[in-house]
Amino acid sequence: MSIWEYANPKKFIATTTPLVPWLLGVSIALLVGGLIWGFFFTPDDFRQGSTVKIFYLHVPSALMAINVWFMMLITSLVWLVRRHHVSALAARAAAPIGIIMTVMALITGAIWGQPMWGTWWAWDPRLTSFLILFLFYLGYMALWEAIEDPDTAADLTSVLCIVGSVFAVLSRYAVNFWNQGLHQPASLSLDKEENVADVFWYPALVCIAGFVLLFVALVLMRTATEIRVRRIKALEARMRS
Amino acid sequence: MIPDLGKYAVEVLTAYGVSIALLVLIVGLSVQRSRKVRAQLADVEARRDAAR
Repeated sequence: MSIWEYANPKKFIATTTPLVPWLLGVSIALLVGGLIWGFFFTPDDFRQGSTVKIFYLHVPSALMAINVWFMMLITSLVWLVRRHHVSALAARAAAPIGIIMTVMALITGAIWGQPMWGTWWAWDPRLTSFLILFLFYLGYMALWEAIEDPDTAADLTSVLCIVGSVFAVLSRYAVNFWNQGLHQPASLSLDKEENVADVFWYPALVCIAGFVLLFVALVLMRTATEIRVRRIKALEARMRS
Repeated sequence: MIPDLGKYAVEVLTAYGVSIALLVLIVGLSVQRSRKVRAQLADVEARRDAAR
């Protein structure tokens, strides 16, 4: 069995459709559980007070905003190299989820930043690169809508995705590249020394798992929808001719 | 029921409210569009079958 079998639209839909309700259910359970745990059953931070509870939304959404773009990069590269339509449609399907995650990270960051930094916004490297990532998401979605021929749209959006990946990387590592700005370094790291305290870390992990599974469920559902839209167009064209 | 959020209650509750609204929005839109497109496809396939 090969992963490329799922490039067949029929096989993709047949395999993923039964999975989506389960993934959606588990992701919602994890999200609700993680957020209740974080909101109700964790203490305030000794410096940040109760604003630390924003952590359970801000960090997972920011992680997803960046990683959704990387997923789109991989599927775009697969489209450019192997010309699998499902791959291009998966990238297209992921973009609205990515932009929602980016908006959530920007808004929760601003709300958190105001009481902690004394400002909603600063032209800090990480914040700025995140704003540019948001604009890339917008541009990516607009480009798909603007071009009628789907293969040309897939080609051009794939190139845009490759260019935007620079800002996705910057969004993640800007703090390390330029040691300046208001935003602190990564809160979550494989290096145990750099991590937040376990009391915040465990509910955050549950929330991250919930966000990841929610993304997987939604991207599978939305990709199947894009495949069906293309099928409708093909059938209508055939019936007209 | 709600823990004492102190002087940052507005910020914390706003962040949760906006985030949950955004999550509900993307799930709702995705499910709604999926249902609509499935119905459209069924309709087009039925018309194709009838035309055969």
